[in-house]
Amino acid sequence: MPGTIADRVAQATPPHLAGRIKGFSDRTIAWIFVAPTIFLLLAVNIFPLIWTINLSFTNFRANRPNREVDYIGLRNYERILTDSDIWLTMQATAHFLFWTLFFQVVIGFTLAWLINRKFKGNDLWTTIIVLPMMLSPAVVGNFWTFLYQPQIGLFNYLVAFLTGVDPSSFQMIGDVVLAPWAIVIVDTWMWTPFVMLICLAGLRSIPDYIYEAAEIDRASKWRQFWTITVPMVLPFLMLAVLFRGIENFKMFDLVVQLTGGGPGSVTELTSINLKREAFEKWRTGYASAYAIILFVTVFGLASIYVKALNKVKER
Amino acid sequence: MSKFINGLLNLRRGPWEMVASMLIAIGVVMLMQPFQMWAFTYSFVVTLAGTVMFLVVSHFPD
Repeated sequence: MPGTIADRVAQATPPHLAGRIKGFSDRTIAWIFVAPTIFLLLAVNIFPLIWTINLSFTNFRANRPNREVDYIGLRNYERILTDSDIWLTMQATAHFLFWTLFFQVVIGFTLAWLINRKFKGNDLWTTIIVLPMMLSPAVVGNFWTFLYQPQIGLFNYLVAFLTGVDPSSFQMIGDVVLAPWAIVIVDTWMWTPFVMLICLAGLRSIPDYIYEAAEIDRASKWRQFWTITVPMVLPFLMLAVLFRGIENFKMFDLVVQLTGGGPGSVTELTSINLKREAFEKWRTGYASAYAIILFVTVFGLASIYVKALNKVKER
Repeated sequence: MSKFINGLLNLRRGPWEMVASMLIAIGVVMLMQPFQMWAFTYSFVVTLAGTVMFLVVSHFPD
């Protein structure tokens, strides 16, 4: 095979096309290749972001496009950050985010550790466990609504069986105390397999000879777990937390289907609240400012998280 | 500690990123905490300052 990949590509280029390109410098050709991607990035990501920032300083309402738009400075930001309802929404999101990540990491890692031990039917169990992740959030929301029914719901009967309480004595999605936990349970049920798969990839990437060396050094199973398994799976686990954290910060469909943000507004997460401001109250400028606040929060968190991830990988 | 302060004075990436990360983390905690309304009100300014600082200082030399 002659020369480098570039030589081979040059030889394979049809003569009429090669003739047309010949007049360009390498730098120009590189720009020609990169330009469509840059254009798409600008059109799909950067332009809407700049437009949203611009709208966040106005009183624009999308349902009244002909009305004069006034620049109102930072008033939208001021209103949002002094609104006690939005403060409660942030607390509901924090509750949802913290507990879903906690349960998904603990259960996901445990399942991955169990699945990683070779046993009969290992692949079948993996397939069964990942099934919830493959379902649509709308479907999951719908059937968990049935499972949570106080009269006919299987969840209530299971709790009644385990604790002895009357199944119709509590309502998971109608009670202000239980509803935030109801959405945590469903999200954990649906997305723990995702964390499990990533942890499983991490566990399977640990070479056996490290454990063999530890065995020779008479390290106990407990010590092997804490000094080999956990540190080597940590980058994978952190990646899973990053993905799930960003996704859950934006959680919308599952919760809308399950509780619609209720009862009252105890399960109204920020994305649901934002959608109401933007497309029910039609306060587009206000909703844009709200979206920018959420964007800066997620972007900031993701930045420090990626930095931490890189540090763990370097170790 | 003196290494950290020297790093800040010499505009080194590591310590400045640490300061920016702290600001972001404090901002997010202020945004989501259930105790003080004033902390919620000023959370965005703190997070934004941290995020912009992080973007700038990540171009500092190591």
